[in-house]
Amino acid sequence: MASELKIKNGKVYDPINGIDGEIRDICIRDGKIVDKVSDDAAELDASGMVVMPGGVDMHCHIAGHKVNLARKFQPEDHRHDVQPRVGGLRSGSGGTVPSTFATGYRYATLGYTTAMEAAIPPLGARHALEELHDTPVIDKGFYLLLANNVCLNQLLEQGRMAEFRDAVAWWLNNSKAYAIKLVNPGGDEPWKGRKNSNVHDLDQPISGFDLTPRKIIKALIDVSNDLGLPHPAHIHCNNLGHSGNYATTLETMKTADGRRVHITHIQFHSYGGELGKNPTSAAREIVDYINEHPNVSADVGQVMFGKATIMTADAPLTWLLRNMKKDKWINADTECESGCGIIPFSYQEHIYTHALQWAIGLELFLLAKDPWRMVLSTDHPNGGSFENYPKLIKLLMDKSFRDEEARKANPKAIANTSLLDIDREFTLQEIAIVTRAGPAKLLGLKNKGHLGVGADADVTIYDDMADKEAMFNAARYVLKGGQFFINNHEFCFDYEGSIYHVAPEYNREIETVLKPFFEDYYSVQFENYPVDDRYIAHGVTVPATT
Amino acid sequence: MSEAKTIENAVCTFCGCVCDDIELVVAPDGKSITRAGNACELGRAWFLEHKIEDYPVALVDGQEVPVEDAIDAAARILVKAKFPAIYGLSDTTCEAQKEAVAIADYVNGNIDTTTSVCHGPSGMAFQGTGESTASLGEIKNRADFIMYWGGNPVEAHPRHFERYSAKAKGIYLPNGRADRTIVMVDIRKTRSASEADIFLQVRPGTDFEVLWALRALVRGKYVDETIEERTGVPLETLQDLVDRMKNCNFGVIFFGMGLSMTRGRHFNVAALLALATDLNAHTHFVANPVRGHGNVTGADNVVSWQTGYPFGVNFNRGYPRFNPGEFTTVDVLARGDADALMVIASDPAANFPRKAIEHIKSIPVITLDPKPTRTSQEAKVAFTVATYGVNVPGTVYRMDNVPLPLRPAFESPYPTDEEILRGIKEKVCELKGIQRKNVA
Repeated sequence: MASELKIKNGKVYDPINGIDGEIRDICIRDGKIVDKVSDDAAELDASGMVVMPGGVDMHCHIAGHKVNLARKFQPEDHRHDVQPRVGGLRSGSGGTVPSTFATGYRYATLGYTTAMEAAIPPLGARHALEELHDTPVIDKGFYLLLANNVCLNQLLEQGRMAEFRDAVAWWLNNSKAYAIKLVNPGGDEPWKGRKNSNVHDLDQPISGFDLTPRKIIKALIDVSNDLGLPHPAHIHCNNLGHSGNYATTLETMKTADGRRVHITHIQFHSYGGELGKNPTSAAREIVDYINEHPNVSADVGQVMFGKATIMTADAPLTWLLRNMKKDKWINADTECESGCGIIPFSYQEHIYTHALQWAIGLELFLLAKDPWRMVLSTDHPNGGSFENYPKLIKLLMDKSFRDEEARKANPKAIANTSLLDIDREFTLQEIAIVTRAGPAKLLGLKNKGHLGVGADADVTIYDDMADKEAMFNAARYVLKGGQFFINNHEFCFDYEGSIYHVAPEYNREIETVLKPFFEDYYSVQFENYPVDDRYIAHGVTVPATT
Repeated sequence: MSEAKTIENAVCTFCGCVCDDIELVVAPDGKSITRAGNACELGRAWFLEHKIEDYPVALVDGQEVPVEDAIDAAARILVKAKFPAIYGLSDTTCEAQKEAVAIADYVNGNIDTTTSVCHGPSGMAFQGTGESTASLGEIKNRADFIMYWGGNPVEAHPRHFERYSAKAKGIYLPNGRADRTIVMVDIRKTRSASEADIFLQVRPGTDFEVLWALRALVRGKYVDETIEERTGVPLETLQDLVDRMKNCNFGVIFFGMGLSMTRGRHFNVAALLALATDLNAHTHFVANPVRGHGNVTGADNVVSWQTGYPFGVNFNRGYPRFNPGEFTTVDVLARGDADALMVIASDPAANFPRKAIEHIKSIPVITLDPKPTRTSQEAKVAFTVATYGVNVPGTVYRMDNVPLPLRPAFESPYPTDEEILRGIKEKVCELKGIQRKNVA
């Protein structure tokens, strides 16, 4: 017999289908939303509750070598935040880098049912997939680091664009990745090979190559679009964290030249001021550009006060931070593909830069005209843990709370932004956009982020409370694929979740170009490099869009 | 009789090098390997000496029993115990390691790997100091300065030089050995030392002092000439070394158990990791442990992602806690805490301290191993299992955390670690009334 459920009398927020707080019934059969169910269907009375599609986090760091290094690096971050075993669910540990099981359960507790790991070097794809397999409940996928790939850069500098495109597609297929990720394009070569230097300008030549960051950015934006990938090139711009970097961010967006592009954790890339001096807010300049350019989307990368862990493929950045803080530091190079840096961190209200970063993030949310293209993230755990999302939602929805929090922060920093002058308060519909509908749409996940017929029955039901932080902190019900994972605040079902990946077409002849490179410069055999289907037991191939 | 079968790009799990270019030829009867092309002498022995044995699959109290009965007996031991300890895991697949951690979680037990008796101190130093590190291919492509400290790769990791370091050719080192400076630091002149450009013989037990003096010199601080009297290394040699390190393009220090398991332990490793970090103020510099067992790095990774901690993890309270010295297996045995022990792919009864071994003999023991061991002779329940890499597919992590897929050569009549452990896990859940539902 079909498994059927009717969620009755809930106040439904489903922006993709234009439903804004209407009392409606949601019908579910066999894991999908349907227009009606039989009279025998189970019923759930959601009176007084808010019904939304499951949350979608389009940028977080939850799996793979870098995350696991950060996890075992910080026992001090786990021991105060334990995750006891509940029945057949697994135990774990929390903190800013939770164990895999805790990550899945905690996302689900907040009402999130999909999350994308944002930075995996291809050589570590197998590791990322092993961890994602052990991250329960949520659906997931990962983005593939390709902007410092020596082999691709060689093809690019030689102008072999057809082969470049085939090689990118080969890499996406053989890593089971979801999207192309760029981090500090061109920065690895000076970091690893030129005594820890970096690139600072999009048109600066990259040592060792006849190439500039801009050429890499342009090429990968074009390939993402040409291959019809569901999500465009996902870019961590050059000069992250530096005063005056908004100019680099604008140049990066201009390089897209009207084609789709996603700029990630844009808060970290929206600073005015002079290099080496205190930053100022350039949120207005960034937002103005995005408001005018519908081809560009962004996630914010909000900073939240408290403990964080900086972990990034942008290794030179963490070295810079390490020298400011003199704390323990990890650097981890991946041959021919990537760098990586990790450092424990905490954002403190009284520090000018931290308070400014906090305020700029909020400015970006509140000044953006189109919430569909300025979606919610903390770049978990870089700006703070995803467990801060409920508090962030309250900051967006409640002006008096926001101003109260701003008054606790460094006054000079707050005065250097427009935050206190902004009266906007997000509605629940806008929250549904920035946490669900928007990210799902930007990811090209057609069955996620909405509750229309045919959508995956990933549904979150919250008590409708005045305190939005309390409301979003713990969903009363969470359904994943039509099954209750949380039923009246109790965990009741373990669920593995699926791996979403792409498989663009390419000319197999490209292997004759790649194999010799591998034989010379990789430390693993070409034949042992591709990740086979065994690592995506519940894989979903998302087709190209045309 | 069928034709001889060839397996290309097979992965050798004898040591942490995890060479993945082995060409195996399987005998026509499919019961042994006749050739292991590209393998070193250790790898050849690993593959060629592997035979299908004729031991019972499962023994309880020394008597052959059906495997289901042994799984039942093992699960009952673990469920009945107040402090069941699970140990070993560095010579099996990640897939099996995951099942072992799950069992520890469900029985509120203790889980630990052989890391605690090899590079455990390195793991602790890493938590305190951090680490600048690189995958081995990066070292092959870029490292023009290579130092080994407290390790003997020529004898312990015979292909380390050729594949990943001294003798490898890379993008920026087209001439291989000629483009690199090789330094060996050890307490005695090993076969590896004779391959080096520079050999530093340090007095036993003074590694920390030498490393700390190097840190001081890198930072331009004063070091007294009497360093030579204490460590056996002249100050000018240290200064020369520091100049070379600061002026290379990409430097690496590999360190072995000669550093992590001698006087100073995690202090030694922390000093070395801090030295490598300090050198990043001058040039790109990394440090890498040279790990022993084929998948000990996988064990670190699996235990870390499932619990948050790399080894020495205890679930007595229903959630993971980490405390080396308290929850490391030697300690839980020597103190007499553990009241049951399950060992996967290790032989603590042969190599643990006397007090720990005495305790092993006093508690019910479960073993999973392809061969009889000292520990399996003490076991109440002993499983004979198929050998990973030779008979069993799965995932292993090379010493630099690079994951690789195994390509088994032929089938074994024995079950895998993963199968036995999953069976025990399911039985444990049944006995404890734990409901597990996993669907996608």
